[in-house]
Order: sequence, then C-alpha cells, then structure tokens
Amino acid sequence: MKVGAIALNTFKEAKRDRILYLLFFFAAGAIIFARILAMLTVGDRLKIVKDVGLAAISIFGILMAILMGTGLVYKEIDKKTIYTLLAKPIHRAQFLLGKFLGLVLTLFIMTGLMGLIFLGIVFAHSLRFEGRLLIAVLFIFLELILITAVAILFSSFSTPILSSIFSLSFALIGHLSWGLETLIKKLPSPAARAAARGLYAILPDLENFNFRTEVVYGLPIPPAIYLHATAYGLVYTAFILGLAVLVFRRRDFI
Amino acid sequence: MPDAIRITNLRKSFKLGFIPRRKEILKGISFTVSEGEIFGYLGPNGAGKTTTIKTVLGLIFPDAGTVEISGRSHLSPRAREELGFLPENPYFYDYLTAHEFLAFYADLFGLARKVRDGRIASLLKLVGLAPSAHLQLRKFSRGMLQRVGLAQALINDPRVVILDEPLGGMDPLGRKEIRDIIVRFKEEGKTVLFTSHILQDIELICDRVAMIVDGRIVSQGKLLDLVSERVLFTEVTVAGLEAEALAGLGECLSAQGGRVLLRVFSEENVERVLRAADERGGRVVSLIPRTETLEDIFVEKVRQT
Repeated sequence: MKVGAIALNTFKEAKRDRILYLLFFFAAGAIIFARILAMLTVGDRLKIVKDVGLAAISIFGILMAILMGTGLVYKEIDKKTIYTLLAKPIHRAQFLLGKFLGLVLTLFIMTGLMGLIFLGIVFAHSLRFEGRLLIAVLFIFLELILITAVAILFSSFSTPILSSIFSLSFALIGHLSWGLETLIKKLPSPAARAAARGLYAILPDLENFNFRTEVVYGLPIPPAIYLHATAYGLVYTAFILGLAVLVFRRRDFI
Repeated sequence: MPDAIRITNLRKSFKLGFIPRRKEILKGISFTVSEGEIFGYLGPNGAGKTTTIKTVLGLIFPDAGTVEISGRSHLSPRAREELGFLPENPYFYDYLTAHEFLAFYADLFGLARKVRDGRIASLLKLVGLAPSAHLQLRKFSRGMLQRVGLAQALINDPRVVILDEPLGGMDPLGRKEIRDIIVRFKEEGKTVLFTSHILQDIELICDRVAMIVDGRIVSQGKLLDLVSERVLFTEVTVAGLEAEALAGLGECLSAQGGRVLLRVFSEENVERVLRAADERGGRVVSLIPRTETLEDIFVEKVRQT
C-alpha cells in the first residue's frame, strides 16, 4: 500500500517529464525511419525494419531509464520533499522500492507504446502480425528494469550528471563484456584466464537480454535461455536494489 | 505516562567544507516535551534547532544520545504514526493538487478512502484552503504552501506535532490564524514542539521553552519561571516640556512634536518626572513599565555564549 502510493506518485511525476516525451518522439521517429531506410536498401528490407526498430526501442529505452532514474531520488532530496515523506511511517527501503516501481511502470508503458508502433511498422511492411518480435521487446524491458535499479543506486548518493555517466558506463560495459568470453578462450596463461573469468563474473552481461538476432532471423530459442535471462535479470536487479538500500539506509539528510 | 518527546544527550557532528573538517552541531542536547503542552524551541540561526528536529524525525542519525517519542524509539514506524511534521520553507510536489497531495500522504498511513477524503476536506477547511483543493501546488503562494504543509502534518491526526518555523512567510492575519490552530491542538490534547525566530509568538502560546545556542541548551523551563516580573525600566512620554527640563532624570529616546520620550530606570526618577511635569505645566501622555521579556533573556544568553 505504502510502496504503491509512492510508486503511483513517482509515475505521476515521471509522466510529466518532458525528457520522456522527447525520447519517445525520437524513438518513434527512428522506428518510422527504419521503414524509409529499408525502402532505400537492397536486400532483405524486412530484416532492416526489424533490426533498426528493435535497436531504437533498446537505445531510447535505456536513455529513458538512465535520464529519469538518476533524477528520481536526487530531486526528492534537492527539493526537500523527502523530509516530510521520510517523517511518515515508512522504511527507507519502501521509499526506494516505490520510486523504482513507479519508474518501471512508466517504462513499461513507454516500451509498450514503442513496441506497438514497431509492430505497426512491421505490419505495414509485411502485412503480417509478427508476435514473436514481442519476445525481444519483453527482454529489452527486462534490461530496462535492471538499468533503472542501477540508476536509482547511483542516484541515492550522487548527482544526476555523475549518476548518468556511471549508469551509461554500466550499460556500455554490459553490452561489451561478452567480448571477455572470447578473450578467455584465447588467453594462454591459466592465471590470466582466471582473472578474466573473475572480471566477467563481476561485470554485467546485458547481452543476456538480447534476443534480437534470434527473433529477426527466425532462429529457435531454447526455453532454458529464456529462463536463464529472466533469472539473471531479476537476481541482478534485486542485488543492485539491495545495494541501493544499504547506501540509503544510513544517509543523513542535512 | 511517558513524555511525548524525550531527548537525552544528543550529539551530532558533520564533516563540512571542500577539505572536510568535523564540526560539532549538537553538543549534548537534553530536554523533554510533556504530553499536551506547547513547547517552544528557540535559538539563533545555525544554533542546531533544525538538526535537532531532523534527528527526532530520523532524517539524521545522531553520533550519540537517544530520542524517544511516547516512550518508543523515534525510528520505529509506530512512533512515526503518532507524529506530524511541518518543515521550514516547505516545498511539495508542485504537479499535484492540494487534494491529491494530501491523499498521497494519507495513503502512507494506510487510511481508508472514506476516512481519508473526510479528513482531507476538514483539514483543508481548517487551514482555509477548501476553495483551492483542486488547484495545483505550483500555483500556491508561500503562505498557502505553509497552510497545506500544516494540513499534511495533521493528516494522520497525530498526538505529537513538530513544526519548524510554522509562522515564517505568513502575513500578520495568517500568523494569527496559525497561532490559533496551534492553541487548538493543545485543547485537543495534542503535544506541539515548534521552533520560531519570532519570540513574540513563542511568548504568546508556549507553556515551556528551551533555548539552544551553539549546540547547547542554555536555558529551559516554564515561560513564567524564566521571565521575571521585575520592571526593567519605565517609558514616560511627556508633552509640553523641553527635553532639557527633564535632563538627568532618564535617557531621552526622542524629542519631537512637543513630546519627549524618556527611558527612566528608577521609581524615584519616575516620580521626579511626574512632579516636574506637574510643576512646569507639562502633561504626562503615557507611562509604560517594561518587564523582562523572552527576547531580553534570549539576547542575554546569546551574548553570554
């Protein structure tokens, strides 16, 4: 109930944010542009529409999660609304969870809308409803949930600009860390391999949520992969939120 | 019955500055606020008033000492359920209307919708904002925000109300209304702890006060015990005489428009002034004995520290 009230208020706050609409506008523009791009290209045009469309949903979704998530807690502290809020009978963990869920709800609606535009564009191109594309959109959303948690973690102790830089770095590292797998195979020294493995275990691997290639090219996806990606996303999100609570729990609001 | 608020040996320091240096803000604060009283907490800027209040509310964690609200730890949600708080210069979610804002805070106490809506309506009426219930807070003046802030502090019908500078930014009429509301709290059995720079307000409505200067409580007790009935001086206004005619009888504060305002420090001199006025054809316009005020004590304590 209390978490729900904070989440609903966060949603009301987020939906008034101009950045959200600006990013949504650009995302919709990019998805529509994918169709124009496909028309100008030789080859499998439908694949280009799907590829560019899903990439746009992913990129703009990440930007939404970071730019809004990093300001959520900071704004409450900066504008001092947190004074009256935390003076009420709520735990600080409930406050953070409410903020998190409020933004997740906002992102759910925005991802859903971007997904609908994307499906509409694909339908306009192929005259077929391709429901399988929604799998890729769903896992993009799961990735956005994790990035929201990361943005809230940084937002709980840092300024929005620094938090945005940290969160963006997390997203970039997360999409590039899979390269370590290749590196591990090629490293000659067992010690170096062990170090690289340790690093790979610590760094996020956001490519776990990337089902774009499989969906666009119609490749089979074993159910275990879905399960692994979902479990990875949920556990990692819970871990990051736990860290945020630890940081936020003993913070003084001067 | 336990005290409404009990603060024992509270200490807090912060690291401040580019090269952090530890600065002790609270240096062993102790005081109690009894059930059903209006308690004034006063001190100059930077003395530690707001830090004390924030510690009571759990927004700041003390280095040492304890805070209890109605016998429970101030950090327990049960203690907070009985607490209402209005911060200094309140800023709230400006995209919400007054009704939406109060509904949000009511939900944090888990109030049923019917109870919630009834309470919001009565609180908005109490603070004189009923006509602005559906106006966004961004369109509120500072005084209106203060009033809606007071309403949110009462949304849970608290037993203990903490008000940080509740009269700041109010016009004289608004200040009187808020003072009347605070007095009404007492009649309803609520306990009020409030800070104010306006000593006159504290003098008018408080049962007891504590003065904090430089992180220490320098004086506390019942207002009547602190402020003595002793006459400090008498202000006498005499018409129809020149200031020179009253020279040596007191300190001349002003002499214009045929009137002389004198500050006279002894009863004998007051009588001499009256006699001089009578004998030389003057007229005594006013004679006001000035007893010690809270402000005098406050200024003296601040100077001593």
